[in-house]
Amino acid sequence: MISNAFSYHTPETLEEALAMLEDGGGKILAGGMSLIPLMKLRLASPESVVDLRRIPGLKAITEEGGAVRIGAMATHHEIEISPVIRGKCPLLGEAASAIGDIQVRNMGTIGGSVAHADPAADYPAALVALEARIRLRSANGERTVEASEFFVDAFTTAMEAGEIVVAIEVKEEEASEGFKYEKVAHPASGFPVVGVAVRVKKSGAGIAMARIGVTGMGPHAFRARNAEALLEGGAGAAAAAAVVGEGEETNSDLYASGEYRRHLARVHAGRAIAAALTRAL
Amino acid sequence: MTHSQNAELERQAAESSVAGPDNRLRITLMVNGDRREVEIEPRVSLLDALRERLHLTGTKKGCDQGACGACTVLVNGERILSCLALAIQYTGQEITTVEGLALDGSLSPLQQAFITHDGFQCGYCTSGQLCSAVGMMREFDDGVPSAVTADVASGTIDFSDTEIKERMSGNLCRCGAYVGICDAIREAHSEVHSEVHHAGESR
Repeated sequence: MISNAFSYHTPETLEEALAMLEDGGGKILAGGMSLIPLMKLRLASPESVVDLRRIPGLKAITEEGGAVRIGAMATHHEIEISPVIRGKCPLLGEAASAIGDIQVRNMGTIGGSVAHADPAADYPAALVALEARIRLRSANGERTVEASEFFVDAFTTAMEAGEIVVAIEVKEEEASEGFKYEKVAHPASGFPVVGVAVRVKKSGAGIAMARIGVTGMGPHAFRARNAEALLEGGAGAAAAAAVVGEGEETNSDLYASGEYRRHLARVHAGRAIAAALTRAL
Repeated sequence: MTHSQNAELERQAAESSVAGPDNRLRITLMVNGDRREVEIEPRVSLLDALRERLHLTGTKKGCDQGACGACTVLVNGERILSCLALAIQYTGQEITTVEGLALDGSLSPLQQAFITHDGFQCGYCTSGQLCSAVGMMREFDDGVPSAVTADVASGTIDFSDTEIKERMSGNLCRCGAYVGICDAIREAHSEVHSEVHHAGESR
């Protein structure tokens, strides 16, 4: 398996990288964990590959004013071990540590993962539950897109041609929040058949805030707002979990039917809610 | 490698940053401490560069799509999949393959432990397992937590089978020699640690 020939570029600035995308024949290379296999299978055959690894600052994970900014080129491993992530948005760190294996986590990046928008990627569940914002740069400037609006369909995002993901912005999780990422890993690939990310904040005996993100079940990650509302309205974990995925499209393949995936999403939402509640203060 | 050598290779890498599709480039890879020049197209994977151009055939091609771990090599001490890496991306970085693990011509404690504990049957995954285990032991000793580390805050991690299995999960063995692989890694890790301990005592 050898890809078609391509020209290879390593711009030193984002401006140079954006200019290289202008003719439309270029493809951004981040960690390469999805693009390189696609190119080897010749499902993708870009004329030129624009590698972002030499652009300074694109890997940084920083916090400022209650928000964490994760550079697009930060690897999954850098995210899983980052003290900033572990301290301020541990749900994202937990999802990062569940990705593939360490070799993949040493190479793959969060920017590449969100731009590729694999319907079975781990991050999107956590990103929609965290109400993350995806920061995009183009020749026309920068804009941000809410994670829940960013993942539009399988391998399809709200990005326009000529845009590059430069960072992911996440509001700090409050210290009193409980969180949990639960996944059913496919035994061969390690991708989630279904993954559920949950955040909860307690208020007395009730739940003041609930966020539930689901990946793998359908063509794109989604927030189970109906289940969130039930939890916030005083329903139990089981009752809330039972409505996860209602009205949502499902993916089906040889390994797992759509109905089975919906069932898994509910079972694992129940477990994730229970686990998050035990962690909440 | 000295800093000035590094700087020189970095400069070379920057100069090679534009490579046309038919443009065969001469790049320098640092493999097992040796400078190796190789002429490649941008599409050549690090795995193919090592095996087909430099004839370092210890690193194996399994699935060639990032699932099996047979092609694992170390870059600056970190485990990566050489099948999903382009050789051109690794100019000037320290690459270690299975050929670089022996110490002065004799097997490293880890390699010896794989033999002692039957850490393989057919041997095809072994070079990837060995490189991966080297990276894994370093990460462990640096206190890097894994997905199964219960108490990250405490700073101490048990070198348990659960940890070994999670940290080695990127390397598949179709012969199923996992029990031997775990035994070998556990022994090699404790051996190296007792040596460090003794060296400390003798001072």
